[in-house]
Amino acid sequence: MKVLIVDDNSAIRDVLKKMLDEMGIRTIETCHGKEAISKLENNTDIKLVILDWNMPEMNGIELLDWLCSQNKLSYSPKIMVVTTENEVNKIEMAMEKGADEYIMMPFTKEILEGKLSILGIEKESHV
Amino acid sequence: MVSNDILQFFFSLLYQESGLLLDESKRYLIETRLEPVAAQEGFASIDALGKKLMERNDALLRQTVVDAMTTNETSFFRDKSHFEILRDEIIPRLIQSNEKTKKIRIWCAACSTGQEPYSIGIHLKEIGVKLKDWDIQILATDISEPVLSQARLGVYSQHEVQRGLSAPQLLRYFSKEGLAWKISSEIRNMVQFRKLNLLADLSSVGTSDIIFCRNILIYFDLKTKKNVINKLFDLLNLGGSLFLGGSEAFMGIKTSLVRVEAKKACYYKKENISQNGGTDSRSGMKRRGVCQT
Ligand SMILES: C[S@@+](CC[C@H](N)C(=O)[O-])C[C@H]1O[C@@H](n2cnc3c(N)ncnc32)[C@H](O)[C@@H]1O
Repeated sequence: MKVLIVDDNSAIRDVLKKMLDEMGIRTIETCHGKEAISKLENNTDIKLVILDWNMPEMNGIELLDWLCSQNKLSYSPKIMVVTTENEVNKIEMAMEKGADEYIMMPFTKEILEGKLSILGIEKESHV
Repeated sequence: MVSNDILQFFFSLLYQESGLLLDESKRYLIETRLEPVAAQEGFASIDALGKKLMERNDALLRQTVVDAMTTNETSFFRDKSHFEILRDEIIPRLIQSNEKTKKIRIWCAACSTGQEPYSIGIHLKEIGVKLKDWDIQILATDISEPVLSQARLGVYSQHEVQRGLSAPQLLRYFSKEGLAWKISSEIRNMVQFRKLNLLADLSSVGTSDIIFCRNILIYFDLKTKKNVINKLFDLLNLGGSLFLGGSEAFMGIKTSLVRVEAKKACYYKKENISQNGGTDSRSGMKRRGVCQT
């Protein structure tokens, strides 16, 4: 099980990666939407995509549209968009387009854990 | 720095007024929280504020001190398992046992800024259909007026709503007010807020089927805990359930409540003494018998 982080801001990617690492969850990262698509096609064990709105190449909304349009992927990862306080109106739009959850910056590890728990994403236990 | 006499005076004031038990190790707490109160009320120092209260029993000022010292930390759907227990065990049981009256009474005994009672309201709405024509009332009480005012308003910052609420819940049960979010009247109307000190006479509360008394007993000493738990016991209907905070237990207190373990958490149930012990054959729940340690 993996989480794909799609964000052009490396500081945010680092924070997310560090928090998820500490929770024992594996991550892969990319800084733009186009590359996200190839990662999604090549890693069918991605359970969650954490997605920023504002990215070069393909932006977050376009990627969200791509993800939520039918039959693009053989599996269906959950989608969580990252917003800022001034973008709260986008939460509604993202949910309408098919996102499952949002997270607003700045957030703590506790908040991220809460969001993962809402989405039913848990660290895989070793068999 | 606050003088020792004044420190002791504040310790005993807080203990008398709210049951809050502090000692020398919490000196910093008095200093950080009462400094702004002293300044705001026009005193040169915490010592001056203390001296004034020693000389004159000013109820309003005492209350201001208590409000500043209470810890109001809370969040939506705190201790998620409690809500799962509610949905999967307690509500189904109440739907059977209260079938005739179609009434459910819930009491949040230290509701802080309202996230707890509103979470219960949202949860009950989501459990939905079966409770449709039921008369459900949630009474939410707290000792502190400032937190109750926020609770009554039902307006939360973006940071507060992102702790514990899912995006669908946020969009369904809240509306945006600038950068904040206001609880819908549908949920707001399920909850009645009232100021109440758990150390005082609680007979005005009436009995409940479910009591949430979470993350408050930890601040009390054994004697106060016992006193409060006995009162809660009396106010619980037979078959009723009590939730404590995740890190709270009845350590050292005798009670006839039965501890029920479920969903990696627990709650306490009031039963006929003759039914205690063994396994509840209907639900197959694990149970430890009467707590007497
Ligand atoms: C840490 S909060 C817990 C809020 C909520 N029950 C939860 O678990 O998230 C504790 C609350 O207890 C209230 N409180 C403290 N002493 C009290 C007393 N003697 N009677 C009633 N409420 C009290 C405080 O004002 C505060 O809002």
